[in-house]
Parts: sequence; structure tokens; C-alpha cells
Amino acid sequence: MPSDDSSIHWVEEPDLGLSGRMCLPMFAQGLTTTLRHLRRAISGHPVTVSYPDEEPEIANPRIYRGVHRLNRDAEGRVKCVACFLCATACPAHCIDIVAAPSPWPDREKYPQSFTIDELRCIYCGMCEEACPVDAIELTSLYNLTGRNREEMHFDKEKLLSVHDATKDGEPCRTLRPADPGGDP
Amino acid sequence: MAIVVVDGVEVEIGDGERLNGVQAARRAGIEIPHYCWHPGLSVVASCRMCLVESGKRDPATGQVTLLPKLVPACQTPATDGTVFVTQSDTVRQARAMVEEDLLIRHPIDCPICDKAGECSLQDYHFRYGRAERRADLRPFTSRRRTLGDTVSLFVDRCVMCSRCVRFCREVAGTSELMVAHRGAHEEIDVFPGFPLANRLSGNVVDLCPVGALADRDFLYQQRVWFMRSHKHVCAGCSTGCSIRIDTNQDRIHRLKPRANAAVNQWWMCDEGRYAFKHVHDASRIVEPRARVGNRWEARDWPSILDALRGRLADAPSITVVLSPHQTVEEAYLLAALARRHDPSARIVVGETPMRGADESFPTGFTIRAEKCPNRRGVERIAEGWNEAAGGSESSDDFGWSAFLAELDRGARPGAVWIAGGGPDGAVDPETALRLRRTPLLIVQSLFHNPLCDQADFVLPATAFAEREGSYVNATDRLQSFAWALRPPIGVEPDGPLYWKLLDRSGLYRGPVVLKEIAERWESFAAARGSIPETGLDLGGAVRPQSTRRPAAPVSTT
Repeated sequence: MPSDDSSIHWVEEPDLGLSGRMCLPMFAQGLTTTLRHLRRAISGHPVTVSYPDEEPEIANPRIYRGVHRLNRDAEGRVKCVACFLCATACPAHCIDIVAAPSPWPDREKYPQSFTIDELRCIYCGMCEEACPVDAIELTSLYNLTGRNREEMHFDKEKLLSVHDATKDGEPCRTLRPADPGGDP
Repeated sequence: MAIVVVDGVEVEIGDGERLNGVQAARRAGIEIPHYCWHPGLSVVASCRMCLVESGKRDPATGQVTLLPKLVPACQTPATDGTVFVTQSDTVRQARAMVEEDLLIRHPIDCPICDKAGECSLQDYHFRYGRAERRADLRPFTSRRRTLGDTVSLFVDRCVMCSRCVRFCREVAGTSELMVAHRGAHEEIDVFPGFPLANRLSGNVVDLCPVGALADRDFLYQQRVWFMRSHKHVCAGCSTGCSIRIDTNQDRIHRLKPRANAAVNQWWMCDEGRYAFKHVHDASRIVEPRARVGNRWEARDWPSILDALRGRLADAPSITVVLSPHQTVEEAYLLAALARRHDPSARIVVGETPMRGADESFPTGFTIRAEKCPNRRGVERIAEGWNEAAGGSESSDDFGWSAFLAELDRGARPGAVWIAGGGPDGAVDPETALRLRRTPLLIVQSLFHNPLCDQADFVLPATAFAEREGSYVNATDRLQSFAWALRPPIGVEPDGPLYWKLLDRSGLYRGPVVLKEIAERWESFAAARGSIPETGLDLGGAVRPQSTRRPAAPVSTT
């Protein structure tokens, strides 16, 4: 799209003014947060949690970036269409997909295997953002453990089982309306 | 000399040239988008993507008169005084409308389409299309239909440019594909019972500007943006098509032709296109082995190199059998190695694999029966070395059969080094037995063959994509290339191996060795300058194809 396209609306940076240039509003804003936490701590509600005796509370599971899951569609099949966009977006190169023609008549392509190296992953959430069909999502599961490296290579089955385990607490975060034409 | 004006830029066109508007604009550095036009096919001007404003400049007054309507640039000859305007609002609007029309019913399945990333429809949409969609249609899936053993058709992705149909009629000459139905119901199809089955069928996939035609071998193997392209030369036959090797993580995923008017035009055959499977075959020899008594011992390279140096230095006489699969440079270094230890070493050219007969297509593209890329180059090398030693210069005297005949007459060379690299096991057990009494037999091979049973050293050979150097094709055209693929662990490619055995300093590099050869012999004199991408003609006496008896067809090991 050329930069002189009429559909682009150009916005100028607003003038900050003297206090803005001296960073005073931001300074006050930051200090307020500190003071708020200080007040909570003094009044007997400390922010620090003594994990693992105490489980931390995740404020907003919808935006937390924990273990991945692969969502299922309405028929229980893997939603992923094996487009490799997550693997392309991944800055840590931790996603490995093998694609194949799908065994279902209404779908063209599906992931024969889908593996995420959870040790290599940096939990940036780019895969989730790149996915055109909302198949890959990050859940709020944070306490990920394994006894060896192989256990931390999550394959398709395991990622689907994460979906089964978390789908009730965290429904699929799709924001787009249901597509009349079907997938992908 | 004709002068054509494209967007105010004057382009000179030679007297013998017949260019159209698209080509003339390209010369001025201006792209005119097009789907249906292809330099190797007839002009139909049906896609309307290349519509431009055109007119004439009066030679006397310099006054330009434009035609009232837009014309397709692909169908407008660039004659003297022709004016093309490619950036006006009218042209821009016409392009956007063509794009919009094509996209109304085009499935939006780019995420699962193999063409995404190298698709003209995608590229042109970003460059010339409308920013937003006006039609409220959301087609998402495309019907898939198998056209033949190599090609599948995604019916709804097609933009009806008819390149594939014209290719089958004009280049392959087999006319399997047709346009069925008319208007909005148009579809590419084959007649029932007559699938797309010619020896050039894979080219329709390269020609397809969108993702409608898919290579069944490559389908869903890789996204195109993960792959790196390497310019190379096909090793399937002695035509030596210019190709591109697309690799990712040390694996070849597909071969594609490069345009080279002097060799393969824009095409390559299916045989060559899929002739890379052996490179990744699990049964490849990937470690050097030495015979100790009656058993094999796998050795590491440093100790093998030492052993080879010692045994070659002790050998009373040496014969090397160059392989027609080797590059010119590798053959030269191997012969140099032999001559270093034995100044009268015999240089022999190995057996040329022959299969079937040459097949020519209407436009001149030829698939040759000689299933090796470099017989002529290796023969030139052998000729050069034999001349240097005052030996015979006739290829019949340093051929493989002449060598075998000598063995039968009782000749006993002290050491024989047989190079390899072809996908076929070219030596039958009987022939191998004739070399049984050789005191030192060194065999290089991709796969285990009967010769290895007789050998004292078995060294892994190099596959074509791992080589660096030059091939000389059947028309004496030399094409240089660099390696496209790292060899499997344990394989030392021919070039670096010989380089080390010769105790040369630094690393093996094809161009350096080629320069040395060109300086040394007149037969390579043409290669003294730089080698263009499309190769250069070595010239010289053109010898007949090969008068030797064609070998029986050999099975792929």
C-alpha cells in the first residue's frame, strides 16, 4: 500500500508541553503505583506470595502467557490448519510442524505433527497473535515442570490435552465472528 | 535502432529484436504486471492485467498521440516511436479493477496455499490492488483435483491465464490440458482417461502465477519463505539445465528451472526435477572405510588421508578413472593427484550411463539419453592431461571400455582410483571382478556397488548438489556453480578431498581451480574471463554424441 493512499489517516504527535517534556506526569504516575503497593503492604496485604506453599492469583488469565494449548474445533479435531505462521513468527524457533493433506473432506491441510519445545520458548505470545484460526493460545498454566528435556517437547496430543484441561476455565479467546464459509 | 518511450524514459531496441511492451518497459526498469503473458509461450492477452496507455510519437514534430483506449502491453509491439504510459490514473484504476475481479471468488486460503509468498496474485494485490474489499463474498476453500501423477489442481484458485494449457500445446506438444466451460464457469481440466502425463509436466506448476497448480511431490512440504535458493545445474542428463535448488535445514525440497536461452529456455524435465531423492537416501555411504585383512574398518578422515597418501606414494603405477558426474575442477584435481605420484599415470574417463534415446520437443528443448552432466568436461580434462604426458588424445583410448580391454590383456596397474557420484550403480559384478587383482583399489561411490567389494578403500562420493565447480554440457557449454547443500556428516566432498591430498594451502574453491585449468589448456581458454550466469560456450571441435555402445539400463540402487 503506497504511503500516499487516501485511506491512510496520518496523525501528528501531540505537543507534550513543559511538564510533559520534564516527564513530571509519568514520574507522578509511577510514584503513585509505588505508594499504592506500599499502603497495601503496610495494611497487611503484601504483594509477595510464599510460593509454593501459597498459589499466586493470576489477575487476568486471558492475557497471561503460560503453557501453550492447541484448540479443538466443534467436532473435536485440531483447529490448526498447519499454515506455519506461528513457526514463522516465533523468534525462538521452538515450533516444529509437519503438514499433510487432511483426512477430512471439509479441510485441506492439517498438522501431522506439531511440537513445541517449551524449554526453548520465550513465552512472547507471537504465535498466538500470528495464528489466523485461533488454534494456538497461551494459557495461564505457569508451573511447568518436567524430569528431562524430552518431556518438555510438547507434541500435538499433549497440547490438545492442555486444551481439554483448561477449556472450562479459559474459553477460546476468539474475537472474530463465526465465518459463514467455514474454515480456515 | 528503434527508440521506445516508456513513462518518459527512452529505451533503445536493437534492429533484430522483437519485443513487446512488457519487455521494453522491463528494459527501462519499469514493471508491467501480467498473468497470461510468458516469454516462452504464445500471446493471448486475456488477463488484461498489463493494460497500459499507448500511442505514437511523430518523428518530425515530436508530438505524442495516445490511443483513446487502453491496450495490453504484451500484445503491443515495441516499434520505433511507440510510447507507453504505465503510471497514469487510468492504468492504475484498470489494474485495481482486474485485481478486484480476480479476487471476488478467489479463496482466501493463503495460509494453507503452497504458493503464498511467491504468488503473483498476492504481490500484485499489494502493489496494484484496492486497499479494501467491496464484495461481501467469503470463499474459503478450494476444490482439489488430481490432473496427473505429478500435478494437482486447486480449481477455485485459478485465474484462467491459460499458461498451462498453452504450455502443453506449444512446448510439450501433448495438449492434455484444456479449458472446460465458458465465462464464470471456466475451469482447467483434462479429458477423462487422459491425465497430464508428459515428460515436462512439472513445468505447468512453475508457470502457474497463482496456487492453482501444485506439485504433488512438494505439496505441503515447506512454506516457500523458509527455503533458500541456490543457483545450480541439473545433473540428470547432459543437457545440463540451469536450475535452482531450494533447500531448508540441509534438505533439498524442490528443484526449479532458471531461464537460460542457450540451454533449457525456461523449462526442465520431470526426470531431472525429481532426481534429488537419492541425495537424502538413508543407504548412502557416509564414512570412509579401509579394508583390514578380510573385514572393513571405518576410519576417521585424518587417518584415511594419511593412509591414502602413503599407499599412493608407494604404488608403482597409478590409473584414475574420472567420473562423468564430477565437475571439471574435481576431475582436474584428481588427475593432478595421480600425476603427482606417478608422472605417467593413466587418466581414464569412466563409463557414461546411457538410457533410452534423446527426445526433442517442438521448441528445441531436449532430454538426452546420456544420463550424466559432464562427460565432455571430464573428457577435455583427460585429453589435457594425456596430451601433457605425450599420450594418446583420442577419447576412444582413454575410455572405460579401452581400460577394461587393457586389463583383460593383462595390464596390472599398481593402483586404481575409481571416482563416482551418479545415482546409479553403474558397475556390474562381472566387471568388478576384472579389477580384483589390483593391488590398491580406491572406490568412491554414493551407494554400495559390486566394485566396493573388491576395493581396499571405499570413500563416500559427492552428490550433485554438494559439488562446486563447472559442468560442460552436450553442446560444449560450461556452467559454473557453487555448492547448494552441505554433505551429510562424514562425507568429504571431492573438491576439498583432492585439495587436501594435494597438500594445497587454503580451501578448495571452484573458480580458482577453473582459472588454473583455463590458463593451462587451450580447450578451456574461453573460461579465462568471468563466467556468466548462463554459462559460456567453450567452442572447439564438437565431437559426436558418443559412439560407444549404450549401456544396458541400470536400476537405481
